[in-house]
Amino acid sequence: MRTAIAAQNLSYSYGNSRVLQNLSFSVEKRSFFIIIGPNGSGKTTLMKLMAGIVKPQDGQLDVLGRRVGDYARKDLARTIAYVPQMLHLDFPFTVDEIVRMGRSPHLGLLGFEQQKDFEIATRAMAFTGVEYLAHRKLDQLSGGEQQLVFIARAICQDPEVILLDEPTASLDLAHQIQVMDLMEKLKTERGVTVVMVSHDINLAAMYCDRLLLLKAGRMVRHGRPNEVLTFETLEQAYGCRVLVGESPLGQAPQITPVPWKFIKAHNRSE
Amino acid sequence: MSPTKPFLVQRILAVSLILLLLLAGAMFLGLSMGSTGSGLKEVWQAFVTKPEADSTLNTIIWQLRLPRVLLAALVGATLSLGGLVFQALLRNPLAEPYILGISGGSAIGAIIGILMGFSRFPGVSLTAFAGSMASLLLILVMSGGQSILKRDALLLSGVMVNAFCAAVIMFLVSMTQDARLHNILFWLMGDLSQADIQQVWILTVTLVPCFVLLFWLSNAMNLLLMGKEMAHSMGLNIKAVSVTLLVTTSFMVSATVSHSGLLGFVGLVMPHLLRLQLGPDHRVLVPACVLGGGAYMVGCDLLARVLPEQGEMPAGVITAMIGAPLFVFLLKRSGR
Repeated sequence: MRTAIAAQNLSYSYGNSRVLQNLSFSVEKRSFFIIIGPNGSGKTTLMKLMAGIVKPQDGQLDVLGRRVGDYARKDLARTIAYVPQMLHLDFPFTVDEIVRMGRSPHLGLLGFEQQKDFEIATRAMAFTGVEYLAHRKLDQLSGGEQQLVFIARAICQDPEVILLDEPTASLDLAHQIQVMDLMEKLKTERGVTVVMVSHDINLAAMYCDRLLLLKAGRMVRHGRPNEVLTFETLEQAYGCRVLVGESPLGQAPQITPVPWKFIKAHNRSE
Repeated sequence: MSPTKPFLVQRILAVSLILLLLLAGAMFLGLSMGSTGSGLKEVWQAFVTKPEADSTLNTIIWQLRLPRVLLAALVGATLSLGGLVFQALLRNPLAEPYILGISGGSAIGAIIGILMGFSRFPGVSLTAFAGSMASLLLILVMSGGQSILKRDALLLSGVMVNAFCAAVIMFLVSMTQDARLHNILFWLMGDLSQADIQQVWILTVTLVPCFVLLFWLSNAMNLLLMGKEMAHSMGLNIKAVSVTLLVTTSFMVSATVSHSGLLGFVGLVMPHLLRLQLGPDHRVLVPACVLGGGAYMVGCDLLARVLPEQGEMPAGVITAMIGAPLFVFLLKRSGR
């Protein structure tokens, strides 16, 4: 079996407003899958469906060949880890305490970690490079460091699929690349399937195997970056002018949104 | 390799042992000291040998002070643990055991009991317990269904129930003029002077299962603090855990205040004091709150009995008078 996640005619509404409509797509195992789309296009809802936080209302969603609703809570948590959008903590947990919480779905009745759990947590911290921060409190760290801690927590959960909701938003350039590189390493070295929501199309184009472009809860296009990132598709989805070029690094398309003043100048010259 | 912390079980045992010694020390002092003079020797002898004569002091120690000290320990333990749970459940550092309206409901119940001329135990205890259970039911109905997961809705419901109850309490107090007014005020400030050994047994049997259940849920409380979504994605059944925490804690706090009255502040400050010293892991904090909260309350009640030249002052005065400056001092020192 080569499919990690398969959605068929998936729909979801909050009350009367439909957020996802007839969505069908599949995510291959050991691939890097990125979901893009304008604000309010249903990306976060789709993530919550895959994480089992909300239940599908129409259509079906399979994770590793099983309906997401058929999993016991802890089984699903051992299969899929989720890194939500950045959150603020009111209680002063240290980095290693937060990362070790990722072991929770693997622990016994009392919720006590064994030596093995400590080792897995240490390895997860080493993987994202936050080991030296282990005994610091989370609220003393920068936004980029905090995100690396939350990613280490998800890795510590030892999942087959990792879901990340805008992990690079509000991070500086170095941390953006660091997070994306880590996810690629997670995919190639550990065979984890990475599913990410992102607003950074250029970053997405450089890393992902497949892109899913959503608009108003419907699929606009699904495929390789150069299939999805054409200017017709993007202008239709986002409703703004874009130029599509090629990244100086080659291989990936590069998108430049066009400011109004350039469009005005261009129109005048014609 | 970064050094990992000592294993959790050892840490829990070490913390518990230290706080248990503190509690034992406080209880020993609480038994020995009082307005009728010091009885350190008598208490010590009673532990080492058998009590020889039934002197007045012995009667005072074993029949008046013992129930009171035990009740204080149980009340301190319950209120501290209750505050800890509500702070985690509502993810709000200002939460305390009375925040969801338990205090208001049980105060109305107690006042009605006092006005009807019931004795303090079991009469007033039962009406107070009925009152707080009624307010718990009200909260559950108001926040029924999904919105029990919306902590702001839960918090606001509690604040509203408390505000309404406060109005009813003021109305009842303003209508009362005789000696019962004194009883009402003492109940509202928290009063351990009426402790009775039978109460202590009933409370112990009620509370110990609640403590065990909450200890079992202590890792779930850690996960709750990470936010709904992250907790859910780590396999936590948030709704079941939240309802269990809410109902268990409300039940245990109701049972306790129905015997002690509304002792304040200990439930807010003890979780913070212990969290400052021990960190936020609930698997350590739950036993620490039970033992440390008990010790703190026994100590405060002792001061309330011993400090005034004659009579005694409400223990609730001492809990805040010592607790608030102590907390500010520790907060400053920790540099947060």
